[in-house]
Amino acid sequence: MNVTRLKIATFLLALYPLIRLLVFAATDNLGANPIEFITRSTGTWTLVGLMLTLTITPLRKMTGWNSLLRVRRMLGLFSFFYASLHFITYIWLDQFFDLGAIIHDVYKRPFITVGFSAFILLIPLALTSSNAMIRRLGAKRWQQLHKLVYLIAILGVLHYVWLVKKDLTQPLIYAGVLTLLLGWRLWHARETK
Amino acid sequence: VRLAAAANARYSTTETPTPYKSVTTYNNYYEFGTDKSDPAENAQNFRTHPWTVSIEGEVKHPKVWDIDALIKAFPLEDRTYRLRCVEGWSMVIPWVGFPLASLIKQVEPTGNAKYVEFTTLHDPAQMAGQRIGVLDWPYTEGLRLDEAMHPLTLMAVGLYGQTLPNQNGAPIRLVVPWKYGFKSAKAIVRIRFTDKQPQTAWGRAAPSEYGFYSNVNPAVDHPRWSQAKERRIGEFFKRDTLAFNGYGDQVAQMYRGMDLRKYY
Repeated sequence: MNVTRLKIATFLLALYPLIRLLVFAATDNLGANPIEFITRSTGTWTLVGLMLTLTITPLRKMTGWNSLLRVRRMLGLFSFFYASLHFITYIWLDQFFDLGAIIHDVYKRPFITVGFSAFILLIPLALTSSNAMIRRLGAKRWQQLHKLVYLIAILGVLHYVWLVKKDLTQPLIYAGVLTLLLGWRLWHARETK
Repeated sequence: VRLAAAANARYSTTETPTPYKSVTTYNNYYEFGTDKSDPAENAQNFRTHPWTVSIEGEVKHPKVWDIDALIKAFPLEDRTYRLRCVEGWSMVIPWVGFPLASLIKQVEPTGNAKYVEFTTLHDPAQMAGQRIGVLDWPYTEGLRLDEAMHPLTLMAVGLYGQTLPNQNGAPIRLVVPWKYGFKSAKAIVRIRFTDKQPQTAWGRAAPSEYGFYSNVNPAVDHPRWSQAKERRIGEFFKRDTLAFNGYGDQVAQMYRGMDLRKYY
């Protein structure tokens, strides 16, 4: 597959969660608690996006398919896009800009604090995603900055683990995938030393 | 099946009931799965007949009731109650049922009876959620005897004038409207009177998060989220949560002198 096709395919796939939500909204299929549904869905797809972004490097190294690197930025930006929707859903639909309640939540509740931190940390990565910014920062500093994504992914999974009432199956699946992805990096770094 | 019941205006709210579809498709009933939509799907073939409810423990007249006889034994009432889930959402549900007090008076608790324990059916073959260890099955709940005797405490056998749908706790469930929803045990097979405070399923799972009383209280947050507000299903804006879910006039006196932060 050539790079342009790969990019178009990735773009369309990454739009799927948004289109799904819009179709559900238009056909009254968001269930009894639409705001909860939207919050969950955008949160889930943020995590999926982050995991996919982190899969690119191991997959490229294992398959030698170097064009994959050309869609990593798009996947990262889509993760940020869904994280923003998730954040806006919380601020606007869920809390309706009740600043007092939001501050109280961020301060008192670990899962919101952790999720909020992860979102804040994503912002500099999104802002420096352009080629021009890579040039301005220099490849080395840019790479160091973008290593933040490991921390962000860990915080994102922790955010999920902490919010569930009891059944940890889903969050633990993400935790497992993330452990594999980060573990591979540690292993690979040692091998190539 | 349509149930003949007399409207009880005294104990009913005049607020608009939550649509039937929401009441029957958005359920927390972990025996049938942990997603809100799971119970409506997985409880379809749940067998509610034959069914017995055993009344036992510290009572003068223990009895094993057949469910059909039990439903006919006491006059049914239509009662529309608010329901506040510990997760921060709420509904208004028109239940059909009879006061638990009627049943209790009939079996005559002994002087040792201080608490009442409710046990849900344990049948992993039918209840897929019981095949995974989310909670320590069977589900148990408990009330103090005076709470159980309170006229608001209902044994529900229907909603919206019809037999209770399986996903809402058929054939018979408890409804305690001033407490968080999980106190209202579903698919009850045993009601046991005890001298000691019974263990509850959620209390065993996370004692710091789900206390024995679990009265709706906007001033006492869940350790991981605020209880100050709630979203009424079907509404956009959150509304303030009321102390005792708005039933304070009727129930607050039972807790006079108790530190409700300690006895959450």
